[in-house]
Amino acid sequence: MANKRLRTVELPEHPDFLWTQKSPKKSYDAIIVGGGGHGLATAYYLAKLHGMTNIAVLEKGWLGGGNMARNTTIIRSNYLWDESEGIYEHSLKLWEGLQEDVGYEMFFSQRGVMTLAHSVSDVRTKMRNYYANGVADIDSEWLTPAEVKKIAPVVNISDDIRYPVMGATYQPRAGIAKHDWVAWGYAKAAGDMGVDIIQNCEVTGMIIQDGKIQGVQTNQGDILAEKVALVGAGHSSVLAEMAGFQIPIQSRPLQALVSELLEQVLDTVIMSGMVHVYVSQAHKGELVMGAGTDAYNSYAQRGGFHVIEHQLSAAVELFPIFERAHLLRTWGGIVDTTPDASPIVGLTPVENLYLNCGWGTGGFKGTPGSGWVMAHTVATGQPHELNKGFNLNRFKTGHLIDEHGAAGVAH
Amino acid sequence: MLNIPCPWCGPRDETEFHYGQEAGVAYPENRDEISDELWAKFVFYRANPKGWHAERWVHSAGCRRWFNVWRNTINHEFGESYKPFEPQPKSPA
Repeated sequence: MANKRLRTVELPEHPDFLWTQKSPKKSYDAIIVGGGGHGLATAYYLAKLHGMTNIAVLEKGWLGGGNMARNTTIIRSNYLWDESEGIYEHSLKLWEGLQEDVGYEMFFSQRGVMTLAHSVSDVRTKMRNYYANGVADIDSEWLTPAEVKKIAPVVNISDDIRYPVMGATYQPRAGIAKHDWVAWGYAKAAGDMGVDIIQNCEVTGMIIQDGKIQGVQTNQGDILAEKVALVGAGHSSVLAEMAGFQIPIQSRPLQALVSELLEQVLDTVIMSGMVHVYVSQAHKGELVMGAGTDAYNSYAQRGGFHVIEHQLSAAVELFPIFERAHLLRTWGGIVDTTPDASPIVGLTPVENLYLNCGWGTGGFKGTPGSGWVMAHTVATGQPHELNKGFNLNRFKTGHLIDEHGAAGVAH
Repeated sequence: MLNIPCPWCGPRDETEFHYGQEAGVAYPENRDEISDELWAKFVFYRANPKGWHAERWVHSAGCRRWFNVWRNTINHEFGESYKPFEPQPKSPA
């Protein structure tokens, strides 16, 4: 009976595909391994700004199905060091014109990001950050607890909680965007310019001759290329190993969660490193929350529920109104963490093979900037001024870009 | 939550432990002579395999002792655990 009824129901037409499904050609000018936000942005800027359209993006799963679909969509640029301020602020400026540039809606919303301080030393660290941003001409404000309450009335600023709010930095130009739409927008725009986007295409080996990359081996056959860019996020160590070198990356699960849909109660983004939670409210109304990584190395895209419990207890103390909200869904992504909490974007020991990884727990905000500098690096064979400091060599020279403080939440 | 086999106490909840990354990373010999590259390897580079990984944990809320264990980073399955300075058992792979 059920079957009979099903047959009479007409299914809606499949919506138009945003990009053409393609099989790989024999060779390309450049191949980008990884079809997440950073890989797609790299392809887009390579085609748009450097005229390289004979290129392919290889994605082992489905497009934007890794960390691009698993993050909490926070965008900001209030980092501590010059190098980070440079690349993240460039990224934020690109975000500000991205929907028009790409020609696709991304629900980019500059609702501000507030980072709370809960102890005397926390206040000092955040103040330092606030002054550093001032010097770098990045918009930043210092808020008293009363000003925090004015912007976000749901925050508990009473002084009888375990970690009372003692102040906050606030970046008004920061905000959120709709992550899937960002991936789709980049993919559509790149595809329209002639970039081949190939899904279900897993790289299984690198073809290297005389220290120079020649192409990649995949489950859809060998594909030759003049240049190859590795943009594999959590799987970067696996890719580097195929190319015969090691990178200082540890892959960890990072979990996030959403509540059921609620009335709008929070129109900014609030982060707290000390009580370990960051939260925003999506356009539809669900509260989106994340916290620190799980402790151990993993490629499983899931973590322990005690980490979720920990972040929820932190959230409820800071936002008592959330107490009766129901948890709807949790998920995990595999983040590529580096020793100094800064990305690695640049050259590798293999000629014409480029690396973009290590964005760790905060890669989403970097998507346009990362793709932009990576495209420059691939096209010219040299890092741009903005990603020069983020080289792999810094772990040898000791010129680290230590962003553990400004990375938001201690991991 | 992981159920971690402490070689002294038996299997316990993950919340009793802290993680210590790759097992068996020795402090370098000839420290006055080795290159910056080797120092970088020792300080910053750790194994990050997709699959079986020999790693250190400390049972901080239990016996408070360090130990090593094989764990699969794809499905979180545990292999054999072993005490510090004991020879490393073969990878379960």
